[in-house]
Amino acid sequence: MAIDIISWILLSLGGAFVFIGGLGALRMPNLYTRMHAASLTDTMAAVLIIGGIMLQAGATLVTIKLAAILLFLLITSPTASNALASAAILSGLHPEEGKIDAREQRE
Amino acid sequence: MIILFGVFLLTLLVITALAIVQTESLFAAVILTGIFSLLMAANFFLLDAADVALTEAAIGAGISTVLFLGALALTGERERGKSTNRLIALGVVTVTTLIVIYATFDKPRHGDAEAPVHQHVGPWYLEKTPELIDIPNSVTAVLGSFRGYDTLGEVFVVFTAGIGVLFLLSARSAARPESANPSAEPGQGLRHYLVPRVVGRLLIPFVFLFGLYVQFHGDYGPGGGFQAGAIIAAAVILYALLEGEGQALRALPMDVLKWLVAGGALLYGAVGVAGMLLGGNFLDYNVLASDPIAGQHIGIILIELGVGITVTGVLLCVFHAFAARGKL
Repeated sequence: MAIDIISWILLSLGGAFVFIGGLGALRMPNLYTRMHAASLTDTMAAVLIIGGIMLQAGATLVTIKLAAILLFLLITSPTASNALASAAILSGLHPEEGKIDAREQRE
Repeated sequence: MIILFGVFLLTLLVITALAIVQTESLFAAVILTGIFSLLMAANFFLLDAADVALTEAAIGAGISTVLFLGALALTGERERGKSTNRLIALGVVTVTTLIVIYATFDKPRHGDAEAPVHQHVGPWYLEKTPELIDIPNSVTAVLGSFRGYDTLGEVFVVFTAGIGVLFLLSARSAARPESANPSAEPGQGLRHYLVPRVVGRLLIPFVFLFGLYVQFHGDYGPGGGFQAGAIIAAAVILYALLEGEGQALRALPMDVLKWLVAGGALLYGAVGVAGMLLGGNFLDYNVLASDPIAGQHIGIILIELGVGITVTGVLLCVFHAFAARGKL
């Protein structure tokens, strides 16, 4: 029962982080801030959701497989974000510095 | 609940398809096609077709995206001007849609146990698999043994496709022998770029291990030669992207790849012929060992190995053919 409640909390929190990440990816002003929001989905949300599922699976082989998936995600997602940001810089899109007003002035 | 997921995924599929048609950037279209395949894989999984889902994810979302990107690198990223015959296109699409919708009226209800497809040979396969072949994954039993001829045909389709691509794409490189000079090597990959290189090098052995697991675990769970071939090819392609294509070609030269392409299909055929020589029919695995069930296991492992080898070889040949075109 306690395990069910904890896993429920983890899954809901994970869902919330996916939602926030999605919202950020839509609403943030430029590529880098959007990536920052989206990376929430594949790090924090992934940890929480897979943690919740692991609690549901209990001490079985499934949990070990889930742990392997989590490890894989934690290694590859930041690498993908890094590659994306680096590709953006190489193609000439530099992060904007300065105040937030810059965005409003442009619009 | 499952029906809700299904509707959600199918809606996303339609949205993705519309986005693919709409976008003018071919690069975006390729990425969207990858997303489409991934959604399709999830959809297959919902329908309990785990083997098909694995294939779709590995080939549709993985390898074909890389091949499309390779093709884009040779052409351009923008779509050329729209064709003027849009009315004709609209007419064709409308008529086709109406025909498809009309055809669905005759379709049995989703999951209907009385549907003809579930009444024909399916029950017999499911009933006889534990008795005749004795492996848990009845998909592999059907694919490898009961319908071994069909799978042999599929392997030769893959083989033929690989030969065709090699003929079409390597035609010009033969005419220009100086491009084969290994010292002038433009494909350096991502050597200068540390983070993906370190992580990629870390992952490649595990990707290989997973490919071998999928290959040899196909009797017991989702997987088999087609999926494993795609995964192992993906590992080599990752290596080529990180270290440069030349380095990958040094590890697995084109001659070896051609042997893989032919050898896998040959292994499959040889298992069939071995059955004939031992007194059975073509692709009859019962005679491969003294115990018919052990013979079935040996036969299925061998033909799956043949499938995996051919698929790996063909996918890598196609990749290298695209990559070599870029150098010209």
